[in-house]
Amino acid sequence: MSNATVAALPASKATVNDQIKYRSQAVAKPYFVAAIGLFIGQILFGLIIGLQYFKGDFLFPAIPFGTARMVHTNLLIVWLLFGFMGAGYFLIPEECERELYSPKLAIITFWVFLVAGALTIVGYLGLPYNVLAHLTGNDLLPTMGRGYLEQPLITKVGIVLVALSFLFNLSMTLLSGRKTSISIVMMLGLWGLAIFFLFSFVNPNNLVLDKYFWWWVVHLWVEGVWELIMGAMLAFVLVKVTGVDREIIEKWLYLIIAMTLITGIIGTGHHYFWIGTPGYWQLLGSVFSALEPVPFFMMTVFAFNMVKRRRREHPNQAATLWALGTGVMSFLGAGVWGFLGTLSVVNYYTHGTQLTAAHGHMAFYGAYAMVVLTMISYTMPLLRGREANSAAAQKLEKTAFWVMTLAIVGITLSLTAAAVTQVSLQRLSASPLPFMETQQHIMPMYWARFGFGLCFFTGLMMYVTSFFVTGKRES
Amino acid sequence: MSASFTKSTARNIFYGGSVFFFLIFLGLTVDTTMAVPSHNAKAQLTDAAVRGKKIWETRNCAGCHTLIGEGAFFAPELGNVYVRRGPEFIKGWMKAMPTNVPGRRQMPQFNLNDAQLDDLVAFLKYSSQINTNNWPPNIEG
Ligand code: HEM
Ligand code: HEM
Ligand SMILES: [Fe+2]
Repeated sequence: MSNATVAALPASKATVNDQIKYRSQAVAKPYFVAAIGLFIGQILFGLIIGLQYFKGDFLFPAIPFGTARMVHTNLLIVWLLFGFMGAGYFLIPEECERELYSPKLAIITFWVFLVAGALTIVGYLGLPYNVLAHLTGNDLLPTMGRGYLEQPLITKVGIVLVALSFLFNLSMTLLSGRKTSISIVMMLGLWGLAIFFLFSFVNPNNLVLDKYFWWWVVHLWVEGVWELIMGAMLAFVLVKVTGVDREIIEKWLYLIIAMTLITGIIGTGHHYFWIGTPGYWQLLGSVFSALEPVPFFMMTVFAFNMVKRRRREHPNQAATLWALGTGVMSFLGAGVWGFLGTLSVVNYYTHGTQLTAAHGHMAFYGAYAMVVLTMISYTMPLLRGREANSAAAQKLEKTAFWVMTLAIVGITLSLTAAAVTQVSLQRLSASPLPFMETQQHIMPMYWARFGFGLCFFTGLMMYVTSFFVTGKRES
Repeated sequence: MSASFTKSTARNIFYGGSVFFFLIFLGLTVDTTMAVPSHNAKAQLTDAAVRGKKIWETRNCAGCHTLIGEGAFFAPELGNVYVRRGPEFIKGWMKAMPTNVPGRRQMPQFNLNDAQLDDLVAFLKYSSQINTNNWPPNIEG
């Protein structure tokens, strides 16, 4: 490593840490710390909008619902991206058996991304959205004001640059290193993430086409290329904690992601039922998306199978728990709750109801939040110079796992109950009630959701605290 | 999994399957793009509607509302609001916000001028003309 490389790393860790194989893997640490910090922000704004659901004038007009919601969802995406990037910087050198091409670039990229993200949130909260749009070039190329893609043009360009720098760094590392299946799948997923993000710049005046290509980002991310990233991360951690033969794990990985793309690409059609697209999508979208739970189910079987066949007892039991939890919760959230509304005959009644929100929460948490937390759980002790955390710290982390996970189950069930009432009163009834009146009948469910939200926040605080618990090493 | 089923078989299924279905998807996309105008023959994408779409986007309306079922679930569906309420109601509504009824969900005041309101209404009219294969199930959205 060059002097510049060493200088870019946190000084103390660069000299003493013998737990990580390649020093440059240490760049992952700030990414994970930022991810957890932004996660806390996401949940705080989740609590604000959860409260506004039944106390409609809370914080109005200072922070209207739409503004706080945008902060909630954008922070989610950004912390997951930080998590994926941290995972990439840790995983790729280890798999490639060489130092990262440029740790310095990774650190610069980190700060650029963090500052750009923070400024964007400040812009959301401090300026009227149309003023922000005007100041940031939206008149040149209108891209704002669509779900998840609310970022100003300059932020979107910034995201592309950050992604390019990240991908350049990792690709250069991969090119001159050992090429494992796990690293190749990870890179395919990350490149796919960046490429499909380019569709966020596509915003035709024609509303039908606008919606059509919006899903090329949103759906082809979460039900496409992100599953490659998730699969690779899960496979990486499972290789480490179970010691099962890599050939077996990688065979599973290829099969899972094969099923993902075979079902998930045409499965995009489950969003093309009613948006002004031809009727054939109802059949295509229903059939293919009904098969989308298959790869998630395989993910669960895979995780449990590998842990059952483990050839070593890894001292980091918390990481194993997160890996198993990811399998189960992604199957429930994406597979089962996604399936509930995916057939066109059902979706006709559930489209755009609280069922969608229920599914969105459990799927995003169960698949992507959890896989990032799995990776953090496995790598953070190593990055901090120990094979695993103390028994006391792991105990708290495992408790946090259960509190957060059960809280999401609670949120999902509350919103599902809300959806049942909403669909029956507003959609199925012979004398349908207006939207706002229907909402009045659902208030208790929104209270319940908020209560589970507070539980979630408590779990998150326990999780954060677990990083500061010392105590005797288990092994 | 049996030993004869190797990793490279799995990898080939992955690459082959992905490319195959992505190409089909591209084909369907071309077909859909070409079919959209005739499928939505009644939808008039006027200049005013195009300007109205920009207003819709830059006021983050989708931060609270759905439009043909997509957006947020805090406030009513607006894809068909032009039919449900009509143009004059919509303009009056925008001007009357916020209601300031205690505890009730609040919508901001966007201070749109008359020309902007007309554009917005043109956009909502256009949205209501899109051929949604009969969605939503009833006028309440
Ligand atoms: C981890 C993977 C997944 C994530 C993170 C996810 C997330 C989401 C989110 C956030 C939405 C709402 C989008 C919006 O309108 O704002 C959504 C919609 C939807 N998802 Fe998923 N999803 C996943 C997998 C699946 C799977 C596997 C299925 C099918 C089995 C599915 C079926 C659906 C359907 C049908 C909708 C549209 C609901 C409606 O019409 O309102 N999803 N998903
Ligand atoms: C304290 C916990 C939470 C509360 C109270 C909460 C509340 C909310 C509310 C009120 C919305 C807006 C729904 C609407 O559009 O009307 C929302 C949207 C969303 N939240 Fe949360 N949330 C919480 C935690 C989470 C977590 C942990 C995740 C994922 C890891 C998440 C992911 C999302 C997503 C993806 C959406 C957009 C959903 C869609 O468009 O279908 N939230 N949340
Ligand atoms: Fe989807």
